[in-house]
Amino acid sequence: MRNDLRRVPREAGFALFAVAAVVLLAGCGGPYPQSALDPASDFATRLDDLFRGIFFWAVIVFVLVEGALLVAVFRFRDREGKRRPEAVHGNTILEISWTLAPAIVLVLIAVPTFRTIWDVDRPTRDPDALVVEVIGHQWWWEFRYPEYGIVTANEMHVPVGRTIDVRLTSADVIHSFWFPRAGGKRDVLPGHENHLWFTMDSTGVFPGQCAEFCGLSHALMKMELVASSPAAFAEWVAVQQRPAVGTGAAPVPADSLAAVSEETLPGDTLSAELRQILETGQQKFLQSGCIACHRIAGTPAAGVLGPDLTHVGSRRKIAAGILDNTPENMAAWLRDPTTVKPGSLMPNLNLDEDTIRTLVAYLESLK
Amino acid sequence: MAATETAARPASGTGTREGTYAGGLVSWLTTVDHKRIGIMYAVFAFSFFLLGGLEALLIRLQLGSPENTLIDPDLYNQLFTMHGTTMVFLAIMPLSAAFFNFMVPLQIGARDVAFPRLNAFSLWVFVLGALFLNASFLFGGAPDAGWFGYANLTSTQYSPGMRIDFWVLGLQILGVSSIAAALNFIVTIINLRAPGMSLMRMPLFTWMTFVTSFLLILAFPAITVGLVLLMFDRTFGTSFFNPAAGGDVLLWQHLFWIFGHPEVYILLLPSLGIISEVIPTFSRKPLFGYPFVVYSGILIAFLGFGVWAHHMFAVGLGPIANTVFSATTMLIAIPTGVKIFNWIATMWGGSLRFKTPLYFAVGFIAMFIIGGLSGIMHSSAASDLQQTDSYFVVAHIHYVLFGGVMFALFSGIYYWFPKITGKMLSEGIGKLHFWLMLLAFNLTFFPQHLLGLHGMPRRTFTYQEGLGFEAMNLMSTVGSLVLGFSILIFLWNVVVSLRKGAKAGPDPWGGATLEWAIASPPPHYNFRRLPRVHSRDPLWAEGGLDVAVNDPEAPEPHMPSPSLWPFILAVGIIVAATGGLTHSVPLALAGAAVVVASTYGWAFQPLER
Repeated sequence: MRNDLRRVPREAGFALFAVAAVVLLAGCGGPYPQSALDPASDFATRLDDLFRGIFFWAVIVFVLVEGALLVAVFRFRDREGKRRPEAVHGNTILEISWTLAPAIVLVLIAVPTFRTIWDVDRPTRDPDALVVEVIGHQWWWEFRYPEYGIVTANEMHVPVGRTIDVRLTSADVIHSFWFPRAGGKRDVLPGHENHLWFTMDSTGVFPGQCAEFCGLSHALMKMELVASSPAAFAEWVAVQQRPAVGTGAAPVPADSLAAVSEETLPGDTLSAELRQILETGQQKFLQSGCIACHRIAGTPAAGVLGPDLTHVGSRRKIAAGILDNTPENMAAWLRDPTTVKPGSLMPNLNLDEDTIRTLVAYLESLK
Repeated sequence: MAATETAARPASGTGTREGTYAGGLVSWLTTVDHKRIGIMYAVFAFSFFLLGGLEALLIRLQLGSPENTLIDPDLYNQLFTMHGTTMVFLAIMPLSAAFFNFMVPLQIGARDVAFPRLNAFSLWVFVLGALFLNASFLFGGAPDAGWFGYANLTSTQYSPGMRIDFWVLGLQILGVSSIAAALNFIVTIINLRAPGMSLMRMPLFTWMTFVTSFLLILAFPAITVGLVLLMFDRTFGTSFFNPAAGGDVLLWQHLFWIFGHPEVYILLLPSLGIISEVIPTFSRKPLFGYPFVVYSGILIAFLGFGVWAHHMFAVGLGPIANTVFSATTMLIAIPTGVKIFNWIATMWGGSLRFKTPLYFAVGFIAMFIIGGLSGIMHSSAASDLQQTDSYFVVAHIHYVLFGGVMFALFSGIYYWFPKITGKMLSEGIGKLHFWLMLLAFNLTFFPQHLLGLHGMPRRTFTYQEGLGFEAMNLMSTVGSLVLGFSILIFLWNVVVSLRKGAKAGPDPWGGATLEWAIASPPPHYNFRRLPRVHSRDPLWAEGGLDVAVNDPEAPEPHMPSPSLWPFILAVGIIVAATGGLTHSVPLALAGAAVVVASTYGWAFQPLER
């Protein structure tokens, strides 16, 4: 009877655990677009294989040791009239065996670990690798493609099947470059250049973000990896290499100013209305202090502190991956950057609504 | 058993203060009694544990839903920085110190620590340093660069204001306290052991205190050097960590983690000691493989100095460094495993009495295994590239430091509370506390493993919808609230038990070590006559102790008199630090003058009146 009573809390405990486990599993739905468990590159696959191997051994050890603990707990409970147990002080054979057993498991983990380290921690030796220079800023990412002369921000475009040689540096504090589905983290350090390489094996848009605490808006320092077919990538490169619209040298894509123009117009045949907006927008841009920090190729704007805006209209997101690139969001950003991203180095310029409207139209046209 | 024969008689003595902790504020400020100091450590540390827990709850509330605006990023960054700093330096370390203080002299059969006033000094420096650190909340905000304070985010360029200065000075003050206490316990354990207590007869908790003390004096200088360099960068414009002027941000990381990893073992080893006391007592069997448990503790401490760069696997140290530090880190699993196996072997064949301390000890082992296994996962430098700085690591450290250390400390509290207060804690409430805490702990932290693997970085004040983080974060938040509630149940247990708990008697659990030979609570001199020891489990030996340690006929021992100087000296240090904080030379000099004057006062005040 006494035993039964004492059993109650334990069984209640187990019941609670079972409930917790069910709740837990229910919570494991998905989808998980940023998951390290769903690799999309050779680099991430190698890490994932290694992790799964280690996890396998961890589960075996977990079951054996927790099992032994549970057996001990249930089998050797004190009972009425039980005599004081024999005072065993130790057993050398046992000590040696349970020193060796974990050592063997560790060797099984260490060998693939060391192999993977030597794979992933050395710079790539692929001579055809595409070099992408990544510069971390509080709180956005700059991507430079020296091979193509392209500078962009927060959106890293790569072709599948080609090794990407990522060179990492920081303009201010330490950040960490992390696209979980492309591979593991690599810290982005001021004063050191770091390397990372990966080859994407599937197309898609993969989210990533800064993984080293870097100040106030660390959580808002996001980015996207756009992996596309070599042909689609080449097309993107071609578009990015063009000078910005409105400078007279570039055609305006059809969807650039939906409200204004439905047609594709070459730069020299812009409708008067569109030209008007672009010209006013550009003027406002050049007059409102934007040029102190931002660059738009083909215009006098040549600032280097903020993201390059030459093709800002072509990006999927703004403000380092936290807002969709829509006119409304762009206007909200211009109205007060620090409410969108606390601590943002872009100050509130106190622009009037008219200016904001023109600037949004201009910026969104920069495809 | 034999223990009862020698210990049944409580010290009746003539001293009026015996066995009570009554007395006014001044008596607590001036006390040099290791037991009163231990109690104050416990009370202050537990208060900071509650504060750190409150900070954690605010963090969890903010993360309960995506893009939540309950707490702004500025406050969030202060909260997670202070949560980490508070739990490490102001809660777990001093809670361990509370047990060092109260238990070590009793376990080795001594009347006090080697340097009673230095002991009081350690306490007051800790208390005032902790208040100094937390005062930052009232003066422009608390430190907000993480408990690890990575350069160059901590430079005046990226962290202007006094927040980081509070952190830099606060940690240096706390370091003074830790080093003084560590030296005190090393000398105490080497010199004040009862006759016959060789090193290999010391109780395991005393052993782990001994090892931890060495870790403290060897590890703290590294962070002190780092903090001094940082202080120079911030105050005098040097450039140790400024890459623009030839400094190196990685220098900080090396200095911090050469301290930081041994620090993890500073937090953990006392708990391993507690478990090694509780399990034999409630198995009614001596500890299995005593020398192996001792040596594995020493080995863990030793290896702990050779693994720091496993906190830096994503830094890009190169394949050689990453391979070496992976290997050394994996090695630590071996002595840790040996301890776990020996605890299970101690229970094996025993007669387990399932009292609350054993519940927490078994809970500790079960959770610590999980924390150890996730540790193995990121000992693999390559695998860790995905895990480091993600919520997976948050889950790991909480399985080690909460599922591990806090469960062990609660085990120790339930085990020694009767010795300290003379009252038993309620078993019923205790078991409720245990089950609720175990459940809530797992609900809070288990999902965080998955969050990390699915790509949630740590130290983020928010997360966007659509990444699959919502459900698990909500689960974790609900768990944390229940976890907080379980701590309230514990406090309720303490309050109820202090008022009407059963009388403990000298030896409620049938323990084997010397603290159970004297009254609960112990008289201020502990042992009327010093015991003689002939084995590892003196109270379990045939015939028990051969010295009547409580003999009322023996003359009452003289104990050191109280002194206010340690407290004044500690105040002087805080005043000097405030001078440094506010760049006020007169204040710094005034503090230094108080330090010098009170050192003289201390030195020339006779030890006994």
